[in-house]
Amino acid sequence: MLSVLNRGAAAPGALKPWLLLLPLVLFLCAFFLVPLGQVALMSVTEPEFGLGNYAHLTSDSLYLQVFINTFLTALGVALCCLLLGYPLAYLMAQSSPRVAALLMLLVTMSFWTSFLVRTYAWMVLLGNNGPITAALAFLGWNPPPHLLFTRLSSTLAMVHILIPYMVMSLYSVMKRIDPALLRAAESLGARPWSVFRQVYLPLSAPGMVNGATLVFMICLGFYVTPVLLGSPQEQMVAGLIGTQIEEFLDFGQASAMAMVLLASTMIVLTVYHRRFGLDRLWG
Amino acid sequence: MRDPYLQVSGLTKSYGSVQALGGVSLDVEKGEFVTFLGPSGSGKTTTLMIIAGFENATSGSVRVGGRSLSNIPPHARNIGIVFQNYALFPHKTALQNIMFPLDMRGVPAAEAERKARAMLDLVGLSGYGDRWPKDMSGGQQQRIALARALVFEPSLLLLDEPLGALDKNLREQMQIEIKRIQKSLGVTTIFVTHDQSEAMTMSDRIAVFEKGRIDQIGTPQEVYRTPSTPFVARFIGDSNLLPGTVLDPDQGLVRTEHLGLMRLPSRLAAAAGAPVTLMLRPESIHLAGLAAGVSEDAPNRADISVHTVVPYGDSTLLIGRAGGADLRIRLRGPEADGIGSGAALSVLWPASAIHAIPAV
Ligand SMILES: Nc1ncnc2c1ncn2[C@@H]1O[C@H](COP(=O)(O)OP(=O)(O)O)[C@@H](O)[C@H]1O
Ligand SMILES: [Mg+2]
Repeated sequence: MLSVLNRGAAAPGALKPWLLLLPLVLFLCAFFLVPLGQVALMSVTEPEFGLGNYAHLTSDSLYLQVFINTFLTALGVALCCLLLGYPLAYLMAQSSPRVAALLMLLVTMSFWTSFLVRTYAWMVLLGNNGPITAALAFLGWNPPPHLLFTRLSSTLAMVHILIPYMVMSLYSVMKRIDPALLRAAESLGARPWSVFRQVYLPLSAPGMVNGATLVFMICLGFYVTPVLLGSPQEQMVAGLIGTQIEEFLDFGQASAMAMVLLASTMIVLTVYHRRFGLDRLWG
Repeated sequence: MRDPYLQVSGLTKSYGSVQALGGVSLDVEKGEFVTFLGPSGSGKTTTLMIIAGFENATSGSVRVGGRSLSNIPPHARNIGIVFQNYALFPHKTALQNIMFPLDMRGVPAAEAERKARAMLDLVGLSGYGDRWPKDMSGGQQQRIALARALVFEPSLLLLDEPLGALDKNLREQMQIEIKRIQKSLGVTTIFVTHDQSEAMTMSDRIAVFEKGRIDQIGTPQEVYRTPSTPFVARFIGDSNLLPGTVLDPDQGLVRTEHLGLMRLPSRLAAAAGAPVTLMLRPESIHLAGLAAGVSEDAPNRADISVHTVVPYGDSTLLIGRAGGADLRIRLRGPEADGIGSGAALSVLWPASAIHAIPAV
């Protein structure tokens, strides 16, 4: 930012394009940076000045448990998205442009339906009177398992919501793999499996890393889905923050947790940036 | 007679209503360097891809060493290919790229590395084994691709316009290099290009492609001196094509539309009255009075008025009107000094310079 301003000072004309950014910068300051600062301030001032809230976070194992739970869930969701998304993205990359466009439409269709609608749809599907439970009971699973309000149900729903990000990350990388490389491998004696294992898989790895990082980070702060579908005993951080505020009006403690969550996300981003360069995250 | 090493017979290939190949046949001897020469879209790549097994021919067959290749997948054909854009694996170093085919054949790592390093030596890149493809120049990547296609001792080497992306100097250098390596290994090679001078300098034989067929196969001299179709005459080198009618086949006399009577060196294998095209290379036309050893007798001569002069340094191209058609004349060194646009010249050529192309 500093270098940009310096350059602008040297050549006044060069500053103009940056003026276009001004509304966005103002908006972000007013509605993001300022509230974020307030949250940071609250975490060390509510109910009294000091690091008490943070000390409390480390002393009560409940919080640690929730953080671990959050990370494990996010990891699981990212992994499921990868395993389910890879074959789909592969199929899209191999298809004719028309079929690929159709598949892409189907994948992104879940983007166009409201988030809440999708979450409630899962409630209907997985509920005690839902078709899946009925099917399991019919198959002789007696009494049928509780699917709703478990880690399974929230993971399933989050995978559903986040899988388009994974598929798009994978697809954009796979589409750029030169088919001549696969032919070259084949002509050099590689059987189909070796072509995949030795050439396609390593060349699609950037898409796997991008997609998994994206899904993991979004998942860390997920609120609605885990709260509505997840197990109350296995809360995620965002849900716990909500509980702290709604039920205990403990803004200080909630703010401290929000700051730790923010810090975790920043750490993931930093590691990614060090290793791969942030500019690649969005394809 | 012994079977040829590579035997391509009657290949046809259709893409929907587009016929890419309309019956391609050729035989290649072991160790031979054959070039596919032809304009873009004439079916060179398609033929190559059918030999490699990446495309299925609509009909026809490919045999190597007497064995049919149909039903053998590409990975089992043991054919080395150099692609136009090199197709090096970007996630492997130069050495790892060269070791890949050996790896696929289960060669132990130590032996594979030894062979790959020997190959690096052969292509003149000994110290470059640990480089990534992206850190190498086009010419260097080309050599690595060549080394990778040769390290497993393929039964055939196929190169599809491998020098297309290189600049002129590097191209010439790589032409010599590829030829040297091919000779030293004695590998049977098919080289695709649309550059006729590349084909002339590198090949044992040239197959000239036109519209999904091979017009002519022959040594560079044969296709240059005795093209079998007007297309070949036009595509290889510069030429004057003179349409005419056979007058007296036994005496080799032809009446051309624009330059009158012409005498050929030998009798013609065509009936009197049959249409024929005569080819006359621009460099075999001389100025009257300057041509040592060329008979000054009519008929093989013409009077022209020059309208274009193109200097090439080592030679000069003159284009002039004669009998209502353009005649192209290439004069060596200082012969053309002082000739400008508008000059009236008398030119002649030896009968031996005329080649008759039967009308099809
Ligand atoms: N996959 C394909 N689908 C449809 N037509 C094709 C395909 N590949 C090649 N062709 C057509 O076949 C003809 C020969 O192409 P090609 O063998 O690539 O020519 P060259 O290599 O001599 O330039 C061209 O007319 C081309 O348009
Ligand atoms: Mg081609």
